[in-house]
Amino acid sequence: MTVYLLRRLIQAAGVVLAMSLLVFLGVYAIGDPVEILISPDADQIERERAIRSLGLDLPLWEQYLVFLGKALQGDLGRSFVFNEPALRLILDRMPATLELAVGATVAAIIIGLPLGLYAGLRPDSAVSKAIMAGSILGFSLPTFWVGLMLIMVFAVQLGWLPSTGRGETVEVLGVRWSFLTWNGLSHMILPAINLSLFKISLVIRLTRAGVREAMLMDYVKFARAKGLSPNRVVFVHVFKNILIPVVTVVGLEFGGTIAFSVVTESIFAWPGMGKLIIDSINVLDRPVMVAYLMVIVLMFVVINLVVDITYTVLDPRVRLEGKA
Amino acid sequence: MSSTTLGAAPVPAVPPKIETPFHRFVAEFAASPIAVGALVVFAIIALVAILAPWIAPQNPYDLAVLDIMDGRLEPGSVGGTGITHWLGTDDQGRDMLSGIMYGLRISLTVGAGSALIACLVGASLGMLAAYAGGRTDSAIMRLVDLQLSFPAILAALMILAFLGKGILNVVIAIVVVEWAYYARTVRGSALVERRREYIEAAQCLALPTHRVIFRHLLPNCLPPLIVVGTMQIARAIALEATLSFLGLGVPITEPSLGLLIANGYEYMLSGKYWISFYPGIALLVTIVSINLVGDQLRDVLNPRLKK
Repeated sequence: MTVYLLRRLIQAAGVVLAMSLLVFLGVYAIGDPVEILISPDADQIERERAIRSLGLDLPLWEQYLVFLGKALQGDLGRSFVFNEPALRLILDRMPATLELAVGATVAAIIIGLPLGLYAGLRPDSAVSKAIMAGSILGFSLPTFWVGLMLIMVFAVQLGWLPSTGRGETVEVLGVRWSFLTWNGLSHMILPAINLSLFKISLVIRLTRAGVREAMLMDYVKFARAKGLSPNRVVFVHVFKNILIPVVTVVGLEFGGTIAFSVVTESIFAWPGMGKLIIDSINVLDRPVMVAYLMVIVLMFVVINLVVDITYTVLDPRVRLEGKA
Repeated sequence: MSSTTLGAAPVPAVPPKIETPFHRFVAEFAASPIAVGALVVFAIIALVAILAPWIAPQNPYDLAVLDIMDGRLEPGSVGGTGITHWLGTDDQGRDMLSGIMYGLRISLTVGAGSALIACLVGASLGMLAAYAGGRTDSAIMRLVDLQLSFPAILAALMILAFLGKGILNVVIAIVVVEWAYYARTVRGSALVERRREYIEAAQCLALPTHRVIFRHLLPNCLPPLIVVGTMQIARAIALEATLSFLGLGVPITEPSLGLLIANGYEYMLSGKYWISFYPGIALLVTIVSINLVGDQLRDVLNPRLKK
């Protein structure tokens, strides 16, 4: 186990290193680093001083080591636009994104589980068929377009929910959160539903498949034979068993949700990391781009690592494979 | 279609009445009316895209025929140029129906084109991995795993952040994001196929390696590749639309459906829904019809599902 863990950690570090090289080459080899890292407003003398102070006169491999050393100390450059350290800028926006992603995950479970349960218990009813058709649509619909339609219906036509921004926030532990105020929560509903659309479909399909499988199992027959009420059989015996795969997959999808929040945040003007990176790309604020990429790579490597380790703990087969 | 060109060994003269694998394939595909309907819908969409310059009511990018006074007309109204705008007009006075027809051209070209290139790159690498084995195999598959552990939208964003906008860059981004799916699929089926006797026989005949790979191995790995390819075209179209919507995709001079939707975004808040709504419907119908066809292909081409 320890050996496996160690090997997995080294692998993860390798991936981060490889990605840092890619990002470095992206900045230094494809674009002109002078243009990328020095503000275009700088004059000739400033430029030369900046080139020397940034070490751009060094050979490329030495520059990479410097870049790496600074990155390890959390220095990923300063934003041209905000004139703040790029890393802090991103970490400032991270809670908003995490809040949205968690909200979407919760929404997927609250909406998807009951629908999937119903479709699994009554597979032949017309409602179940409608639910399943809806879940196919959820996989095929372009998410960004659905977001626009949500705004059109609920914000413009009906006027029930706000469509942009985070609304009022409350500061807890030095971080601002929207979901603690009624106004903030109402701002969160549309983007969270939009972001969770794909996951709702996923949860519906998983739950339905799980329920249909579980209903044929011996333990369900036994519970029925004991004379338990149908409700108790479904909500205690079946429910417990289908939750495991559903929770696993939803957890696995969390990284994807954070990535896709780029789109949702842009539509609903949600001030998270995703909106920041799109804005930064549009104004060519490269230090922020580099910092975002490094942060997101790190985040993904950590998520993948945690998932792998959890699997190893839960499933002994993976452990054995690692040893072989 | 590519299977006939690749498996171009001398075609035996088949009497027309005898059932060929192709006939069986067509019959099985036609067993699902939904899939046939989807195929017809997709054929119509493709035809509209190809014929857009001849059947569109106006050329939406010829500034001479546009009248800014016709801007943001409601669907069904008649503009100053005498054209009935069945789907309304956008802020520049462009006929939305024509805009969608031209947009479909770009969306389909970019989507299908990049999916095809990704297929070529991915299938070659997957084939190489399966055939070479050993270090080459593990190096390529490590790369595939790495690629697949990052969401497509993120990887594409990363590439476009460095390369900048433009159709070519979007194609590059989609190819980089998608090649891994093809590589994994081809490697999987090639690993199974290369242990079969006919490959051994071909090798015993001392045929050159490239001949064994392209004439013997590849044609037998095609069915799963076709299924994945169909689904990936839909994914590529959706990804291109998303990137263009974010303003990182195609340039404003060549608007795809995604960019058309983005153009209507600001007018949506004032209730002018049609500028975004109809291009979205066109995108939706395209993606769903491709997915339905792909679904049926998977059922027909998967030997495990055969009774």
